Amino acid sequence: MSRYTFGGDEHVFVEVDEEMSLEAFFTSLAMTNAVREAKIDGVTEICPANASFQIKFDPDKIHPQKLMDMLKEMEASAEKQEAKLNTRIVEVPVYYRDPWTHETLMRFRERHQDPNGTDLEYAAKINGYDSVEAFIEAHHGAPWFVSMVGFVSGLPFLYQMVDRARQIQVPKYLIPRTDTPKQTVGYGGSFSCVYSVRGAGGYQMFGITPMTIFDPLQKTPYLKDFMVFFKPGDIVKWRPIDRDEYESIAADVQAGRFEPRTADVVFSLDDFNADMDGTNAKLMEALYAD
Amino acid sequence: MPINVISSGIMTTIQDLGRPGYYHLGIPIGGAMDRLAMRAANLLVGNAEDAAGLEAVFVGPELEFTEDVTVAVCGAELPPKIDGEAQPTWTALAVKKGQVLSFDFLQAGARVYIAISGGINTPPYLGSRATYPIGALGGVDGRAVQPGDTLPLGKPARAAKPGASVPEKLRRLPGGSAELRVLPGLYWHRITEAAQGTFFEDTWKVANEADRMGYRFQGGRPLDFVPREQPFSAGSDPSNITDACYPYGSVQVPSGKEPIVLHRDAVSGGGYFMLGTVISADMDLIGQLQPNTPTQFVKVDMETALAARQDRSAMLNGIREALD
Repeated sequence: MSRYTFGGDEHVFVEVDEEMSLEAFFTSLAMTNAVREAKIDGVTEICPANASFQIKFDPDKIHPQKLMDMLKEMEASAEKQEAKLNTRIVEVPVYYRDPWTHETLMRFRERHQDPNGTDLEYAAKINGYDSVEAFIEAHHGAPWFVSMVGFVSGLPFLYQMVDRARQIQVPKYLIPRTDTPKQTVGYGGSFSCVYSVRGAGGYQMFGITPMTIFDPLQKTPYLKDFMVFFKPGDIVKWRPIDRDEYESIAADVQAGRFEPRTADVVFSLDDFNADMDGTNAKLMEALYAD
Repeated sequence: MPINVISSGIMTTIQDLGRPGYYHLGIPIGGAMDRLAMRAANLLVGNAEDAAGLEAVFVGPELEFTEDVTVAVCGAELPPKIDGEAQPTWTALAVKKGQVLSFDFLQAGARVYIAISGGINTPPYLGSRATYPIGALGGVDGRAVQPGDTLPLGKPARAAKPGASVPEKLRRLPGGSAELRVLPGLYWHRITEAAQGTFFEDTWKVANEADRMGYRFQGGRPLDFVPREQPFSAGSDPSNITDACYPYGSVQVPSGKEPIVLHRDAVSGGGYFMLGTVISADMDLIGQLQPNTPTQFVKVDMETALAARQDRSAMLNGIREALD
């Protein structure tokens, strides 16, 4: 049973599990979907997170305790639901070891665990990789699951789709930076992220993507329906690119010519748990079918 | 006919009552930090309560009007002037074409709300004109107003009554110290019983890092954590949790040191534990706290929180009736 608690008089907060797992994420997603479908009068925001979720409501319309009781009733049926998702896989180009995040990480070196190295060198070392190249290979080798969108405007948190023994883990900066380049690919705990806007941040910096993921003016063709690109449940494949390709994609994005490579897929958690590498291989086939 | 911005103060932004519905994507509700003051200002000038106006912090802007309008200034005690002549706050003021609204020095509180008959009519984004600078969303090109900006006006909902004012007893004037009522919860169990006591016993002070995203407090004793093996994904610091949603008003205490209360432009989630949440009735008050204001957190239960919320609604209804 999840842990239910109030966030003041306007929020119910539900912790499905203290630790992250795709099982906890799917329970959170199933419950938030059930709340959305229930169209409860007074509910104003439904926010799924990695292994928890939060419902904001107007206590003038529904009593906090009544809403909490309704959510508890929903949990039993949500847990019985098959953990299956109609979603999409997206290829995101990443320029690892780029000059912009490098300049930034050097500027904030005194806030880092290893002031004499780079974020990638530190992450490679503490995860037992012989070289930065081998570590980068591990970062983009398997796909990632978007398990939360938030912090600031459309920032995705991504969870690595490998067994726990192979998962990369890296602490956050000792003291958060006051600056992070826009579209930095970062890492903290067991989550990757893409910084949607420039600003403060505590995640380690591995590289940068030329792909716009948040556009408040919606001039980017693939963001014309909505200004935020990612949603929970998206699957992401990082593709390493070099400086030349970064410049060329950035120019295409700027000119409105870039369209991210995506494919519709069905993701089943049971199938994934039974055969992770096999499931991931099928996802790659779907992404690169044409 | 637009308003010409001559000077813009420190941080003057277009705000309304915000854009609910996008917090799950990291886009906060935003809007006026002191909602009651914003609503009162709009009511005074005949606007809908959710019309867009200006929120100015500590220092007021200087605005030139290119048509006859009614203006009201509510919230902090930041006395307005029309063509240099002192005017009352919480009052509907007639302003003639060509006149200039400016402000005297701040006397109490932190933020004023300037409503203009017709409301500011910049384009809405996701249903609101509120400025969210972090996401470059809303307002004027997603930023605070600057000298040289021209702000378009809409049409008033009803006629304004220059001279009308909010009765004294319905104005909420911030004092020299503050009490913020907190409902314990969320990850309350993570700190020791001793820390659960000292958090409410100690007097904290508003730090300099106090803005629309959140208010930081300093000066209380550090909080100790109940020892545990950190859960997978949570991070190594005992104040870390597996990244989760942050309620508006939630009180996070990174490393157990300085509490941060998230406000209207909150980050929607992250990896710090929260010990509870400031109740909805006290959120407006936070927006009126100056740095160094001594602040006591007061522990309350849900019943008290809901009763306080009713009191706030009654106060707003009182303003509506007084200005009807």
